[in-house]
Amino acid sequence: MTHYLHQRLLLLVPTLFGALTLVFVLIHLIPGDPVEVMLGETATAADKEELRRNLGFDQPLSAQYGSFLIKLAAGDLGRSLYEQASVAEIIRARLPATLQLALSAMIAAILISFPLAVLAAVRRNSWVDRLALLLSLLGLSMPNFWLGPLLMIVFSIQLGWAPVSGRGGLSHLFLPALTLALGMAAIVIRILRASLLQVMHEDYVQTARAKGLSEQRVWLKHTLRNALVSTLTIMSLQFGNLLAGSLITETIFSWPGIGRLTVQAIQTRDYPLVQGCVLVIAISYVLVNFFTDLLYKLVDPRVAYDK
Amino acid sequence: MTSKLWLSVGVMILLVLATSALLAPVLAPHDPMRQNLAQDLITYSGAHPLGTDKLGRDILSRTIYGGRISLIVGISTVALSLTIGFVIGSLSGFCGGWVDQAVMRLVDILMAFPGILLAIAFTAVLGPGLDHVVLALCLIGWTSYARLVRGEILSLREREFVQAARALGCQPKRIILRHLLPNLLPPLLIQATFGLAAAIVAEGSLSFLGLGVEPPTPSWGSMLNDGRQFLLVAPHLTTYPGLALMVTVLALNLVGDALQDRLNARRY
Repeated sequence: MTHYLHQRLLLLVPTLFGALTLVFVLIHLIPGDPVEVMLGETATAADKEELRRNLGFDQPLSAQYGSFLIKLAAGDLGRSLYEQASVAEIIRARLPATLQLALSAMIAAILISFPLAVLAAVRRNSWVDRLALLLSLLGLSMPNFWLGPLLMIVFSIQLGWAPVSGRGGLSHLFLPALTLALGMAAIVIRILRASLLQVMHEDYVQTARAKGLSEQRVWLKHTLRNALVSTLTIMSLQFGNLLAGSLITETIFSWPGIGRLTVQAIQTRDYPLVQGCVLVIAISYVLVNFFTDLLYKLVDPRVAYDK
Repeated sequence: MTSKLWLSVGVMILLVLATSALLAPVLAPHDPMRQNLAQDLITYSGAHPLGTDKLGRDILSRTIYGGRISLIVGISTVALSLTIGFVIGSLSGFCGGWVDQAVMRLVDILMAFPGILLAIAFTAVLGPGLDHVVLALCLIGWTSYARLVRGEILSLREREFVQAARALGCQPKRIILRHLLPNLLPPLLIQATFGLAAAIVAEGSLSFLGLGVEPPTPSWGSMLNDGRQFLLVAPHLTTYPGLALMVTVLALNLVGDALQDRLNARRY
C-alpha cells in the first residue's frame, strides 16, 4: 500500500502543477489589455496602472508565474476587484454551501441508483430492468439547465413542496440536490448494472454459491463489492463534475456556493476571483480522483499501480 | 432486434433534426429575431403555434434556428477534436518512447480538469462567440480521441497484417491511413456519437450562462436562460427548447448505444 501511495503521489504532483499552470495561463489569454477589459474603457490611467501593478502585469511573465506559485503556496489567491476582500476569504465563505450541495447530491444519487441497478441486474430483462435503463437514458439526456427549471415548475410552483431558490433548511436543499443527483444516478445505474452482470458470472461468485453461502452474502460480499471498482471510477469523476455542474445548478437555484460565485465573477469580469474559483474547483477535482485511486485498494486489494 | 430498432429510431430523429436545421429558412414561419412587443409571452396562437417570448419573437422559429447552432457547434467540435486526437494519438501510439510518454502525461493533466469548467473559464476570458465555444470545447475534447486511438494502435501494431505491411516496406503514414484507420473507425464512430451529444449539451450550458452564442442569435441554451425568468407566467418558454435539446441528446445516445451493441465495442 505504501508503494502504491508513493506512485500515486508522484503522479499527483505533475497533474496539480499542470492544473496550476493552466489556470495561470488563463488570465493571460484575455485579448488586448487585460486591465482595460477588467476595469472598462472609462477607467483612468492611474487606476489602470495601479491594477497593473497589483496584479503584477508590469513584471515579465516568468516573474509573474514564480510570484503566482509562491503566493499560492501561502494560500494567497489575490484580491477581488470589487468585493474589497481577498479571493481566499470569499471562497472560504462560499465553499461550505457547495460542499453541502455536492455531498447531498452524491448521497441522493447513491440512494436512487444502487437499489435500481441491483434490482435491474438481479432481474435482468424484466420490466424493472427495462424501466431502470429507460430512466437512466432519460436522465443522461436531460441537461441540468433544463431539468432544474422543470423540477422547479413541478415541485415548487405546482406542488409547493420546496422553496424556489436560496439556502436555508433541508427543503431548500431538495431541488438543487435532486437536479445534480439525477444526472449522476443515470450514469451510475448503467455502470453498476453492467459491472454486476459481468461479475455475477465470474468463477468466484459461482464458487461462493457452491459453498452454500446465503444469496445475500454472495451479493454483498462477492458480487457488489467487486462490481464497485468500476463504479467508483465513474462516481469520482462525477463528483468532480458535480462541483463543475454546480455552476449551473447554483445559478438556477440562487444557491450561494462557489458555482454561483464563479458565474457572478464572470459577469462582473472579476478575473482574480474567476481564477481563484476555477483553481479551487480544479484542485478539488484532482484530489477527489487521487483519493478514489487510494480507495480502489481498499475495495479491491488486487488493484496495483503497475497494472 | 431491439438494438436495430433503437438505432432506426435514433437515426430517424436525427435526420428530422438535421433536415429542419438545414432547411430552417424555409421551415421557420417567422424571422427568429423579429420582435413584436404587442404579442409578447403568447402561449399559443394560429400564427405562433409554440407561442412567443418576452420580446414577441416566435418560439417555433427560434427553436428551429437554435437546432442549427447546436448542430454547427456539435459537428465542428467533434470534427476538430477527432482530427487533433487522431493525429496526436496515432503519433503517440506509433512512435512510442518519449513521444508517447509526453503526450500521455499531457492528456492526463488535461483530463484531470472537468471539461466544462475549463470551457467556461476559457469562454469567460475570450468572450462569447461560436468560434470561441468550439475552441473551448476542443481544448479538452481531443484528449479522449487521442487516448482511444493510441490504445487501439498499441494493440493493432503488433498484429500480423501490420507486421506484413511493415515487412513490405510501407511508410508509417500509409500504414496508419490504409491499414490502421479502417480498424479504428468503429470505436471512433461510437466515441464521436457520444462526443456530439456532449458537445451539444456543453454548448447549451455555455449559452445558458451567457457565454455561448451572442444574442439575439437563438440558441437552445440561451432560450432556456431567457425563459427562466418567466417560469411562473410562461413555462412554455423553457419547455420547447429544453424538449428539443433532450430529444437530440436522447437520439444521439440511442444511436451510440445501438452502435456499441452492434460493433461490440467498449465505451468505458
